[in-house]
Amino acid sequence: MPINEHPAKTFAFYKDAGLKSYEITPESAYFNRRQFLGSSVAMATVGLSSRNLYANIDSRLPGDEITPEVYATTYNNFYEFGTNKEDPSRYADRLTTKPWSVKISGAVSKPGEYTLEDILSPHVPEERIFRLRCVEAWSMVIPWMGFSLADLLKRFNPAGSAKYVQFFTLQRPDELPGQRSFFSTIEWPYREALRLDEAYNPLATIATGMYGKELPNQNGAPLRLVVPWKYGFKSIKSIVEIRFTEKQPATSWQTIAASEYGFYANVNPRVDHPRWSQATERRLPGSLFTPNKRDTLMFNGYGEQVASLYSGMDLNHFF
Amino acid sequence: MVSRLLHCIPAWILTTSFRLFLVKKYKITVFLVCLLPLLVLVHDVWQEYEVPGSALGADPEVTVVHFLGNWAIRLLLLTLTLSSLTRRIKILRLIPYRRMLGLFAFTYASLHFSAYFLLLAGGDITTMLADFVKRPYISMGISALVLLIPLAITSTAYWQKRLRKNWKKLHRLVYPIGMLVIIHVAWLAKSSYLEAVVYTTWLFVLFGERIYPNNR
Repeated sequence: MPINEHPAKTFAFYKDAGLKSYEITPESAYFNRRQFLGSSVAMATVGLSSRNLYANIDSRLPGDEITPEVYATTYNNFYEFGTNKEDPSRYADRLTTKPWSVKISGAVSKPGEYTLEDILSPHVPEERIFRLRCVEAWSMVIPWMGFSLADLLKRFNPAGSAKYVQFFTLQRPDELPGQRSFFSTIEWPYREALRLDEAYNPLATIATGMYGKELPNQNGAPLRLVVPWKYGFKSIKSIVEIRFTEKQPATSWQTIAASEYGFYANVNPRVDHPRWSQATERRLPGSLFTPNKRDTLMFNGYGEQVASLYSGMDLNHFF
Repeated sequence: MVSRLLHCIPAWILTTSFRLFLVKKYKITVFLVCLLPLLVLVHDVWQEYEVPGSALGADPEVTVVHFLGNWAIRLLLLTLTLSSLTRRIKILRLIPYRRMLGLFAFTYASLHFSAYFLLLAGGDITTMLADFVKRPYISMGISALVLLIPLAITSTAYWQKRLRKNWKKLHRLVYPIGMLVIIHVAWLAKSSYLEAVVYTTWLFVLFGERIYPNNR
């Protein structure tokens, strides 16, 4: 694994410059934006002062430091590429993301096959720094580039009867070695879902970039979900279909082991996974000599924004 | 007839001493080979100490625990394989290496447990006990290690003589230990069962060899 950056030095750089992380990534971010905006007139109005025009979300709590990019891009769970953490970055270049289209289907008034440009062009990505908590009891802090999922979904006019929104990852075994594996228990394509009111929460994000750059393939290019108050596996990558449904759809991990992975999968230190205690987490990058273990927060620390979605629900049952 | 036999003696002495020489020489080689993964790990940990994040990846705690566990299983299965191979292919005299391999398996298993205890359970006995009670794969792993302890202790020639026939009986414990270890691995697998399948197949081939009649 090519790791050429000393993480401490990276942090030091952030601090010495007296800058917040999102302030040091402008150039590539502009290019990123330019691409999403295409050749539309919007570009002229966005100009070079985008940071002032668009709100950023920085949800870091005291002690949260941005995970160095090298870890966020080389330590991934993206089983389409393989089950080892290094597999996604190793095989990432096998995946072609151009052209890309997203199918909108189900209980919605504007269904159809949309090109990536159609999907993204009305949205201007902003930087959103979120904690990412994996169900395997590790976590990172990642500066995404993205926009609210709600803004995207509402464009297609979901029917009144739609109660859930389901997402599908690309299925393309010739490019994705994990989908050819004989020993995998996942039924492809990978699928995830949210209750529509969860999907409309402003924190639910469609990410198109990270660290001020285009999203790398191993992190779910060209567009992925980021649901920071839920375990990482809810944040489905490389989305090719969004379907509005009336009934609660089955999700991939739930299908494999319903006793271990629930539909909601909200980060909850009080509900243990049978194989991992969820009370604490290892903030990566870890170190053997100065362990970076910390208590896991209810809803991954986003309770203020999302707890109301679950009022009256027994979260021990609906885990 | 007698002179013929006498003629054989120098040849016998020669070949035997050569064989002993070989066994001794290979013992050192086998010892070093078994030590190699540990040396690699020590090197990586040292790198990690010098430049954090350089050698063990984003999640060094888990990397270390898995590395040691994997080698413990491989060496345990290899130990069992030596007996099978010697039984089936007479010219292979691999039994002299068996004790060393077994003890190495035990060493790696103990280090694997220590790494889990210190790095993942945070050196906290209550956390470990909670894991033991709540998480079957951890109970399996710890049980396997505990069962290995009497085998390691009685692995010496002294105990072998002292326990006589019971020694063999006692050391048959290694089969249930193998099963526990396989379940430990399979239970841990999240989605891909490749590793678990490889180890299970290996163990079952060895079981099969032991059950299948040996017409020697």
